[in-house]
Amino acid sequence: MKSFVFPEFQVIRDEEKCGQCRGCERQCAFGTHTYDPAADRLVSDDHKCVGCQRCVVFCPKNAIMVRPSPSFYRPNASWSREKIEDLKRQAETGGVLLTGCGSDKPFRIYWDHIVLNASQVTNPSLDPLREPMELRTFLGRKPDVMDISADSGEVEIRTELCPNLVVETPILFSAMSYGAISYNAFRALATAASRSKTYFNTGEGGLPREMRAEFGRCAIVQVASGRFGIDAEYLNIAQAVEIKVGQGAKPGIGGHLPGEKVSSSVAETRMIPQGTDAISPAPHHDIYSIEDLSTLITALKEATNYEKPISVKIAAVHNFAAIASGIVRAGADIIAIDGLRGGTGAAPKAIRDNVGIPTELAISSLDRRLREEGIRNRCSIISAGGIRCSSDVIKAIALGADAVYIGSAALIAMGCTLCQKCYTGKCNWGICTQDPRLSGRLNVEIASQRLSNLISAWSHEIREMLGGMGINALESLRGNRDHLRGVGLCEWELDVLGIKGAGE
Amino acid sequence: MARAILSGPLTNSDQAGEEMMAAQIDAADVETKELNDRLRELLLSGAKRVSIRNVCGQRYIGTRLYTPQGLRMDIEVFGTAGNDLAAFLYGHRIAVHGNAQDGVGNTMDAGEVVVRGRAGDVLGFSMRGGEIYVRDGCGYRAALHMKEYQGKRPVLVIGGRSQDFLGEYMAGGVVIVLDLAGERHDAHFIGTGMHGGVIYLRGSVEQSQVGDQVEISPVDEADRAVLAEYVTRFMERFPETEMTKEEILASGFVRLTPRSRRPYGNLYAY
Repeated sequence: MKSFVFPEFQVIRDEEKCGQCRGCERQCAFGTHTYDPAADRLVSDDHKCVGCQRCVVFCPKNAIMVRPSPSFYRPNASWSREKIEDLKRQAETGGVLLTGCGSDKPFRIYWDHIVLNASQVTNPSLDPLREPMELRTFLGRKPDVMDISADSGEVEIRTELCPNLVVETPILFSAMSYGAISYNAFRALATAASRSKTYFNTGEGGLPREMRAEFGRCAIVQVASGRFGIDAEYLNIAQAVEIKVGQGAKPGIGGHLPGEKVSSSVAETRMIPQGTDAISPAPHHDIYSIEDLSTLITALKEATNYEKPISVKIAAVHNFAAIASGIVRAGADIIAIDGLRGGTGAAPKAIRDNVGIPTELAISSLDRRLREEGIRNRCSIISAGGIRCSSDVIKAIALGADAVYIGSAALIAMGCTLCQKCYTGKCNWGICTQDPRLSGRLNVEIASQRLSNLISAWSHEIREMLGGMGINALESLRGNRDHLRGVGLCEWELDVLGIKGAGE
Repeated sequence: MARAILSGPLTNSDQAGEEMMAAQIDAADVETKELNDRLRELLLSGAKRVSIRNVCGQRYIGTRLYTPQGLRMDIEVFGTAGNDLAAFLYGHRIAVHGNAQDGVGNTMDAGEVVVRGRAGDVLGFSMRGGEIYVRDGCGYRAALHMKEYQGKRPVLVIGGRSQDFLGEYMAGGVVIVLDLAGERHDAHFIGTGMHGGVIYLRGSVEQSQVGDQVEISPVDEADRAVLAEYVTRFMERFPETEMTKEEILASGFVRLTPRSRRPYGNLYAY
């Protein structure tokens, strides 16, 4: 059937600069560029371009520019170009629209409407270059009371402490499974987590056997509805186990890793036959209630000899705070809360762009709810979904999070340009693909260095901002909304965030 | 307090070491965690066989028995095993003389579970290795998302009947439902979303009882060989079964297999 959708991007080649090296042809897995030997020139098919900018970055002559196609339908406030084209695609295929990455829709980004405090004259600011600034964070259950003995000057903790994760900076790599992302991308995340003394999350695709001994100490392993790649060793070699109930990009639905991406090595790690769809059902079919969740949390504690904190990851949706309270009472040591703008390797567009709530609002309501119920100490909160920079991190913590997960930001550090074609398996940046020709483009050493650089840059900025507020430990900022003010927000938004307007 | 007794050496013969390896636990009034603490201690102290008496709903029996060196233990349970018996089981053998509640063999990796009674819901959920034999029937959602990889092929044999959603999203492994009482299969939604593995039902089933993704076909020679192997093992574990092995194997069976390994491959627009 002839497609009525016109190209999304326009490839412009400067013929004077182009040296016909055919580099762009090799770089593009979508087949945008081809060499015409008769004319000795490269030609581009705009229809195939996904706008990932790989050819632009790698053209040795800087001869290529890719920009949004200027073609337009008659302007219409109701029928945007995107709406018209999505509809055409569905009329042509009868299928569900798939997409990748986090939602690109203009929901209000609260980070950009919140400003931080700084010290002036009284309680002077601290100089992070001189003063020790404490970013170390403990994730997990804290006791209700701390019983200590101080006999003859020796202080001893009498209370039995629950297992906690220790991170040197409050930034962890979010769950991205091997299968969704390439082996090299997965390994780069693990390497960087180990180097930066933080953790990476395996996602639900298992942990390759040869990585277990080296990277188990910086791994959070996931147990999701598909239960892929799970054995007792996988659970025990990690430092924490996370039950994935929901994901910000697709709350309430499962996932299908298409058979094309189930290579022999992905099959081995997930422990399913090569080429089969890896189907994660929408719910865990052994969890239909808080009591059932409690059973699984305890089963995982049993399976790991009560040595690891158990995290439960849910998507931020309406009334989630009440559910989260149930999750804490069910025994979770950490709650990961994933907001509306969380990324994904594949999600139905209708779900990604219409379901869930922003993480900023979610953190605040969750923190408040748990405080009101007097159970905030029983779990740590990791916020995810739309963290873009160090100031987002620090605002998340002031709103009540203990730490954050970064997913998209980590991928961008490795080269991702958010072209949203992750689900095709043809990622030209070697991140979201199982094609060895493409994944080989991502050098583990370089990618992990880029990730570690990002963590170290953000950590330094966090220290700077903390110092500016006159605070020398992140712990003192947690849930400290007095250090935040809102700009351009409505009354209800300020109420939900629990912050005052600027100037107040 | 768990009262665990590690029996002392009886003679100087080779049997002595063997006897030392056997232990008993009285689980009356013992909480789940305490019972599993004791089981783990016994495993680490070298016990090879444990029998637990007066079990009444304690959960996760067998779950906390992972060791990097792969120690193995045989556990006999007398009473009613609670939820998640043998969850994440790592190669041990468990025999229950009584019924088991929900979640038997949840995400089980390897080993064997024998239930001389009936099992509850979500039996063998996401199981990916080992074998489970249940003498009587089981509840809903059995063998849900069971999966296999190469040599690891989980097996679930049910002497009675199973309820709805048997083998939903099944991705591998073998399920055999014997319906020994001949009550006829009345479950629905069998194999919904199934994309791997095989289910054998003694007797027959209507197309309306199975998922759209499921193909019902008669068994062939190769299927008969699989059935013979596991029915033989079932009979070894439950010699009290009224029917003989020959009678069971001579019965009519149907085979349920997925039509595609990619049931949702055409769902999307690209």
